[in-house]
Amino acid sequence: MRALDLKLVRDLRHIWIQSLAIALVLACGVMVLILSSGTQRSLSETREAYYERNRFADVFASLTRAPRSLLDDIARIDGVARVEGRVVFTAMVNLEGMTEPASARVISLPQTGRAILNVPEVRQGRLPEPGHASEVAISEPFAQANGLEPGDHFRAVLNGRLKELVVTGLVLSPEYIYTIGAGAMMPDDRHFGLIWMGESAAAAATDLEGAFNDLSLTLSRGADERPVIAAIDRILAPYGGTGAFGRDRQASNVFIDGELKQLGAMATVLPPIFLIVSAFLVNMVLGRLVALDRAQIGLFKAVGYSTRAIAVHYLKMTIGIGIAGVAIGWLSGWWLGHELTKIYADFFRFPWLIYRPGAGSLVISGVLGIGCVVLGALRAVLSTVRLAPTVAMQPPAPPVFQRGWLDGVSLALRLRQTTMMILRSIVRWPGRAAVTLFGVSGSVAVLVASFFTFDAIDIIMLEIFEHANRQDATLTLTSAVNARAEQDALALPGVLSAEGIFAVPVRLINGTRSRLVSLQGRPPEARLAVLLDEKGETVAMPSSGIVLAEGLADWLDVGAGDPLRVEVLSPPRETWDIPVSAVIRQSLGQDAFIDRDAFFRLARQAPQVNMIHLAIDRNALTELEARVQETPAIAGFTLWTNVQKEFETTLNESLVTMTIIFAALGMLITIGVVYNAARIQLAERAHELASLRVLGFRRGEVGYVLVAEQMLLTLIAIPAGWLGGYALCALMAQGFSTEVVSIPLVVTQRTFAAAALIVIFTALTSALLVRRRLDRIDIVSALKQKE
Amino acid sequence: MMSETQSSRVEVLKAVGITKVYRSGTVAVDALKGVDLALYEREIVALLGASGSGKSTLLNILGGLDLPTDGRLFYRGRELSALSDAGLTEFRRRHVGFVFQFYNLVPSLTARENVALVTEIAEDAMTPEEALDRVGLASRMDHFPAELSGGEQQRVAIARAIAKRPDILLCDEPTGALDSKTGVTVLEAIVEVNRTLGTTTALITHNVAIRRIADRVIYMADGEIARAEENADRLAPAEVSW
Repeated sequence: MRALDLKLVRDLRHIWIQSLAIALVLACGVMVLILSSGTQRSLSETREAYYERNRFADVFASLTRAPRSLLDDIARIDGVARVEGRVVFTAMVNLEGMTEPASARVISLPQTGRAILNVPEVRQGRLPEPGHASEVAISEPFAQANGLEPGDHFRAVLNGRLKELVVTGLVLSPEYIYTIGAGAMMPDDRHFGLIWMGESAAAAATDLEGAFNDLSLTLSRGADERPVIAAIDRILAPYGGTGAFGRDRQASNVFIDGELKQLGAMATVLPPIFLIVSAFLVNMVLGRLVALDRAQIGLFKAVGYSTRAIAVHYLKMTIGIGIAGVAIGWLSGWWLGHELTKIYADFFRFPWLIYRPGAGSLVISGVLGIGCVVLGALRAVLSTVRLAPTVAMQPPAPPVFQRGWLDGVSLALRLRQTTMMILRSIVRWPGRAAVTLFGVSGSVAVLVASFFTFDAIDIIMLEIFEHANRQDATLTLTSAVNARAEQDALALPGVLSAEGIFAVPVRLINGTRSRLVSLQGRPPEARLAVLLDEKGETVAMPSSGIVLAEGLADWLDVGAGDPLRVEVLSPPRETWDIPVSAVIRQSLGQDAFIDRDAFFRLARQAPQVNMIHLAIDRNALTELEARVQETPAIAGFTLWTNVQKEFETTLNESLVTMTIIFAALGMLITIGVVYNAARIQLAERAHELASLRVLGFRRGEVGYVLVAEQMLLTLIAIPAGWLGGYALCALMAQGFSTEVVSIPLVVTQRTFAAAALIVIFTALTSALLVRRRLDRIDIVSALKQKE
Repeated sequence: MMSETQSSRVEVLKAVGITKVYRSGTVAVDALKGVDLALYEREIVALLGASGSGKSTLLNILGGLDLPTDGRLFYRGRELSALSDAGLTEFRRRHVGFVFQFYNLVPSLTARENVALVTEIAEDAMTPEEALDRVGLASRMDHFPAELSGGEQQRVAIARAIAKRPDILLCDEPTGALDSKTGVTVLEAIVEVNRTLGTTTALITHNVAIRRIADRVIYMADGEIARAEENADRLAPAEVSW
């Protein structure tokens, strides 16, 4: 081995802890990029592949009843590739040992036994045999939540008739990646499931022999879905069609789109911060490391090594560190990304997982990682190798300080000389201070943004479960009935008050903009489910006009007072022009609301309801649940405590995991920045600090010079970090707001305080770690080195 | 000047059987091999000897910068060799001033501030201005070390060392990095301080000529005191040259 290479190996061994620290900081930046983009990309690709392989439909529609012959007319629509008509209905399910009511959506399988579209993925067992009326396959999450396996029996109320069913298999469906029951807001696998049964059995149960009430279809390549949807609506109108819609309105797909959008926001907002900070840090540390080798560089030149050979030597050393950092980042990012993707895949109920972090992120992070290492080293090597050997072998000239505004400050504040040393050092090397400021404020910003997630969740939870929805339970009825049903509900055991809702699918149209939404007719003076304004205050339902959720109003480009066309897609099937009476804030979902009586005045009918919100006495819950199960008119029973629990679980599993990872990495930035800055200080000022010890300064007093400088910079960095954090929160609120969830930009003082305190604590710990090294310095030998 | 007899003079520092062994792996180097020495009030002692004779090691131990491997050290009857690191720090802080060959000034502080560094933590210190005036630097107080000549920097170091009115001033080759003319001004400052403040001063030098400004000269060789002699006719620094 050549002498220079031997030196390289020994040097690396000598400074391995510092090299590792640099490599780890770099690895952090690389890891975050791989992790975030890898997770998001893998989930998107997995979903795409799942949709493709299981032929997820492009357009969906529900209707009351149409003959199967109509499917041929639909298949002839220009742009339609494949069509499937199914029988779909809701049934109450009686599970052994479960007192509370559960319901399921029953979906028919064609006579052939093989679905054409939205093909269920068999996870265990098999699909029901055609002709076996009692055989069913059920959704895997529902089976797991209720301990059902192939071969088990359970009972369901099919169209008022109690029937014994046998489970043949557990399946997943691309159509129900998220399974949300009627009237629910979140998946509740224990109380809502999916049942696939043979078409003849399903049709028999609902008197739909030779007919269908649910339509799915795929489009031929390149076909535009809008004319197809319009054509279907025309064809289905006489058959009770409630409006066809594309994937962009399909509940499960909308939900997962939102989740992927949130992940995408995470993947674009935060990683650049980590990468930039680690690039700065690596650049700074390597620069100092090479600068400390100045005398040796002079020696190499003196004995005849070329500038090039010396530069290459140091580049080899730093590239080695860079490669190690990038490799660690790639591996840990790959591994952590895989774990995180698995968590998400489980959560999304994907049947399998394609984990494929993009080559793009590997290349980008690799190039950036090695690049910033090389630049950091080159800067220092070049500035040193340009010196004449004799000059380089001398220690660098002492830094020149100048009097300035600081002297006035010092005099006015009667600052101690050790404090002056700190201030002059900051003013003399502003670049170095800037790196610390930048790093620490970045760290604060990342923490603020991370904790903001919890603030947002708190506010949303409060709005949904405390302010907007005060009901304890919601009954979903099998069909719309006269509003007198409210009185019947009041007669149920334990019911304290009841509010009947009429929910109906409508298409809202403003010029060329239109959207399919659920319009909720709420009773005048509703007290259980109420509307909130932008400040979160309760607002009364206007007695006329339509009320829109903010996001929906934005999409339709209307405000209070603007006229809006409302196409009611189920009976009474009329089109009205109604003014928008108010725009409200809705954290979860984007719905339209109307006074129930006003709605039925427009429809010239007696008021009806198809959902009833209840306030109940918890002590009578078991009794109420038993009665609900016996009542054929009730298709679903939603307990809001369950909804809240599911909501929390959903958020905890997805967002919070990522948030914790980012918060931890945010703290790592502070450690990396402050520890390295203090180490560099110590290396460069060991002599000066030893002098102070000689003069009789106590360890703590000398440590002050080292620690206080880092802490002063940390304190200055915090307000900047708050500002940056707020900006990040704004980006995230925007990025995280989906059609399902709207994130308010409210950052609490708690979040700002927590971010600051954690960073102060982390910085102090890092600086004190270096102070311990200072305590161990041998004064005599430190003084022997020439200044 | 040497009117009193040694026995009637007051001992400030007393070393008894001091040894110092430096270990590095399996190699042990005996830097001091049983040194007995006393420094008395108001005297100037010059320590002479070749490189590696143990002068600096002895001075560092006398000043509480280092602990002896064996032997005992007393400051006005109080045992120093038994003190902890914190105790030695207090000893240096209250009673000892150091001057080194390479000044050891804090580059980011002006001359005045370098002195204030010490006066801020000492009891009964003189003002930085007074200390700098004593070494003839009243006009250069607001200059940073990088703006001062070597001789001026060393005089700042002396001002910093004596500003707290120390009992003992320990100088390790204070003129080693200076030319003869500048060295003389530095020595003048040291002698002046000794005369006006009565500070006991020990001064390491390679320079045989400088010994003539001292009351006593101690010759060291191979970790031991080879011999000591009294200077009957002390010279003023201006009379010395090299």
